[in-house]
Amino acid sequence: MITAEQKPLKEIIEYISPYDRILLVGCNECVTVCAAGGRKEVGLLASALNLHFLKQGRTIDIKEITLERQCDPEYVEELISEIDRADAILSMACGCGVQTIVERYKEKPVFPAVNTKFMGASESQGIWAERCRGCGDCLLGITGGICPVARCSKQLLNGPCGGTSNGMCEIAPDVECAWCLIWERLKALEMEKRYEEIMEAKDWRPAGGGGPRKIIREDLSL
Amino acid sequence: MEKFEPEIVAFCCHYCAYTAADMAGSKRISYPPNVKIIRVPCTGKVDAIHIMKALEKGADGVYVAGCLEGDCHFKNGNIRARYRVEHVQKYLEELGWETERVAMINMSAGMGEFFARTALEFTRKIKQLGPSPIKSINIDKNQKAVSG
Repeated sequence: MITAEQKPLKEIIEYISPYDRILLVGCNECVTVCAAGGRKEVGLLASALNLHFLKQGRTIDIKEITLERQCDPEYVEELISEIDRADAILSMACGCGVQTIVERYKEKPVFPAVNTKFMGASESQGIWAERCRGCGDCLLGITGGICPVARCSKQLLNGPCGGTSNGMCEIAPDVECAWCLIWERLKALEMEKRYEEIMEAKDWRPAGGGGPRKIIREDLSL
Repeated sequence: MEKFEPEIVAFCCHYCAYTAADMAGSKRISYPPNVKIIRVPCTGKVDAIHIMKALEKGADGVYVAGCLEGDCHFKNGNIRARYRVEHVQKYLEELGWETERVAMINMSAGMGEFFARTALEFTRKIKQLGPSPIKSINIDKNQKAVSG
């Protein structure tokens, strides 16, 4: 899923200070799971903003709403009944959600309340770690299911660098060396021979090097 | 300011702090009436949003009173509550509020005297801090309106 973290309150307050009526929009998908922009976080942020403005002796109208999915025009359409009563929109979704709202409601300023971080998986309650960079040409089938693009600090494709030490990466003592993980995994699967095969230089165009990417499925288009 | 009587919300766990309050009552130990108790089945039920809403609605201080660490009836509800209180304190710090307005307190069901003492000490602390920033503004506004 896409992970995110709430922006510092100071930055959010700076964005919305000029406005009196705010539509605060959460999203029920990824940002709910990583507790950054779901219904509960919308309530908390609204409360925090109210505390700030009440302290200044100012009352602002914050309307809370959480959409099923902010990156789909069908769900963003649901804001239509509220949009006229808002001077600005504050979105707690990832960058995709923010931009879907921008495209639909061009006349309103839209501000992000979270920083979108990475595509990650939950390691345990409250901890998410990067697992995929969306490189567009998945290597997991030949690297024992562990991604060197997302998990090697240098994105090396043919084994570890000299910075590996006892299975850990040189950048930090708590970061595992992806190539050590790959080697251990291949060994466990008795697929060591794969490690011997030299991977050619990766084509980074599907990873975004060729400009913004798009998937077109004609069979699904209406 | 001398007449300031704070409004304090105390989220009390049914299995410890609430019973401790009851015991304080049985022992005829009085504690400040400023403290308004909300009984919860476990402090793990208290979310950051409950504390924030209490402050938003004008509480001058909020505390969560749960079981002693390691003694939670539901294993670790009081630890979760502590994290949530700390989360709210970070929010308050970012907003420029006094973080002492929110606290986590641990006690057992038998600590009636401690409950009363805690209520007294927390009330004193909030009196020292003064009214919630929200109230101060409103009081100033009213005074200006009267004098104007």
